[in-house]
Amino acid sequence: MDEELDSRKVNNSFLRDHNYATEADIISTVEFNSTGELLATGDKGGRVVVFQREQESKNQPHRRGEYNVYSTFQSHEPEFDYLKSLEIEEKINKIRWLPQQNAAYFLLSTNDKTVKLWKISERDKRPEGYNLKDEDGRVRDPSTITALRVPVLRPMDLMVEATPRRVFSNAHTYHINSISVNSDYETYMSTDDLRINLWNLEITNRSFNIVDIKPANMEELTEVITAAEFHPNHCNTFVYSSSKGSLRLCDMRAAALCDNHSKFFEEPEDPNNRSFFSEIISSISDVKFSHSGRYLMTRDYLTVKVWDLNMESKPLETYQVHDYLRSKMCSLYENDCIFDKFECVWNGTDSVLMTGSYNNFFRMFDRNTKRDVTLEASRENSKPRAILKPRKVCMGGKRRKDEISVDSLDFSKKILHTAWHPSENIIAVAATNNLYIFQDKVN
Amino acid sequence: MSACTLVSVSTVLGCHSCFRVDMFSKGTKRKFSDDGGEMSDESLGGANVSSSYNLQRQSLLDMSLIKLQLCHMLVEPNLCRSVLIANTVRQIQEEMTHDGSWQAVTEAFCNGSQSPSERLVATEVLCRSREQDAEPKLFSVISYEGCREEEVVADETLCSVSVSDAASNVCLSESVGHCWETGELRVVESDEETSEGSRLGPGDDDDDDEDDEDEDEVDEEEESSREDSKSMGQVFGTFEIKNGSSGPDSALEELFSDVDASYYDLDTMLTGIQSAPKMGPYDLLDSLAPSHGPPSLGSPSNCRSDLNELDHIMEIIVGS
Repeated sequence: MDEELDSRKVNNSFLRDHNYATEADIISTVEFNSTGELLATGDKGGRVVVFQREQESKNQPHRRGEYNVYSTFQSHEPEFDYLKSLEIEEKINKIRWLPQQNAAYFLLSTNDKTVKLWKISERDKRPEGYNLKDEDGRVRDPSTITALRVPVLRPMDLMVEATPRRVFSNAHTYHINSISVNSDYETYMSTDDLRINLWNLEITNRSFNIVDIKPANMEELTEVITAAEFHPNHCNTFVYSSSKGSLRLCDMRAAALCDNHSKFFEEPEDPNNRSFFSEIISSISDVKFSHSGRYLMTRDYLTVKVWDLNMESKPLETYQVHDYLRSKMCSLYENDCIFDKFECVWNGTDSVLMTGSYNNFFRMFDRNTKRDVTLEASRENSKPRAILKPRKVCMGGKRRKDEISVDSLDFSKKILHTAWHPSENIIAVAATNNLYIFQDKVN
Repeated sequence: MSACTLVSVSTVLGCHSCFRVDMFSKGTKRKFSDDGGEMSDESLGGANVSSSYNLQRQSLLDMSLIKLQLCHMLVEPNLCRSVLIANTVRQIQEEMTHDGSWQAVTEAFCNGSQSPSERLVATEVLCRSREQDAEPKLFSVISYEGCREEEVVADETLCSVSVSDAASNVCLSESVGHCWETGELRVVESDEETSEGSRLGPGDDDDDDEDDEDEDEVDEEEESSREDSKSMGQVFGTFEIKNGSSGPDSALEELFSDVDASYYDLDTMLTGIQSAPKMGPYDLLDSLAPSHGPPSLGSPSNCRSDLNELDHIMEIIVGS
């Protein structure tokens, strides 16, 4: 698949001039809104940056809309939990957009403990001609007022402001790993390691616990929740994944507390491949419903799997992301890379899957043609408007010219977060502190 | 018994699942001790493969326990990661129990002194202080700057580990096994420990002092076993305090309710009994190694005084 690089190493005001990345700039989440007009990124420093797509101009039809910075705001601040003497990180774990209902945009952003609803709105007019105060805002002396006038709205430079509208806090003992907006557009759920809570978007002082897998005795804890998502069409259905590689589909109509699942998806373990690391690499790091709602995609350490909602016994399709790492498990365990949580995304038509890997590589799998490609997101290898070259990793033996050997992979350059435009072939790839946006080549 | 000397773990551990077969194909050099004449490659191979597997498994266990112990002081540890590591530890322990090598290990240790020649130079991890029957301590490195020392320590540890064979492998599991046998003795002490340590609120320095003194007097091995339990308890336990229920009383009750006196149950020990005595970072100072500086087998007294000094400094900073 040929892709054209859209020149986007986005250089925003908060990135310093130095070449090295400060840790606060590491992008921790990427998400398109439901129309694809806006792209939001959250970083480790608690900031959210929203990009907006340029309107396509009629004069230059071949120049597709590029993404420019629309709004930047500080969503979360670092906090201190005095009871446990521990810091609460301000890192944004997830951003989810609400569907647009008026001129303003709404998004939910969360760190480990608190979810916030932000309203992003434009202001391009301001009132002028007040009677009681002058243009600077100073109060006029009433004795100097001789005539009355009606204030009018005059255009001004576009200002985009972000205001926090709701703060949903104090509902999670453990770290929030997912949020998901329900298709009813009234509720959403927030998920931590052991519990899932259901919120009404309007009500911040109350939430309902719908899943609780905390054992009575914490010593018996062997499994945690790793991700959860609402079904895109059925507002009563959601799925959550676990660290043991299982998926549970739940129906909220069945009971108030959905500890009993409606469906349980798990692939039986292959006894030949069993090792001490089997459980760790089977832990699901991300789960996503397809746009159609018929399929589920899961990402574990080495593979991406597509499940049919009607078949619980095994996945429909399995794709190897970086199987060459299978022989490096011990080293990856030692340097903690084995615990990296990669995300996965569907394209708009549910025909292509995308996920990240190491060395700034990311992979795409075409479900129809069964072809896959490895691409690299790096400034050195891509010039603006250049076509991305497929990459290949060789496992040993003879290394061809353009290939890279497994041992030369840079494990500090990992692509954990990617996003796909809901209807077009535009992808956003977060590589540490850089955001890359790629588009389909225009003929 | 033949000895594989100075096998560099970083290369051997390249392929856990297939090392049974592939180890020799990697071409790692091994030297044999002078204890014997020629042995055929095959028979030697067979014996060495299984002991290498045990070796590898042991290293994995050590690594896992280190990971559990090295907690980030400022931020809560990742629960998912901790659970996965804990499950790995349990798995290894189960397999070792199954194999019978757990028994072998504890027996070997309990046989008393082992001849020095069978035990090669061990690492900082394994051989912190060489007293008579001293238990090797597992140390936790706490850095006050930013808690990213974890990976550095693991690297150093694993790159320089050298063992003779599984039986004489001085390691944490042995100490744990030893504690397992003499567990009853420690039940009373553990209760005392609990009542002292279970307090809400940040680092209570008076308690820390008492704890330190107690632990200084106690055998080192107990520290390491308690560290295990503390590590698991601490890992899961830091979450326990904030439970949303009202009042300090109910929280305290919950802390105590999780205390289990069955120290002699190996599984319980590994999973941590004391669920949440609020263990400030200073409690781990007892097993501290200096977090910086070249790895060296410093004398125990030096380490001790360093630790006390650090403890003292932290008290000042926190403001007792």
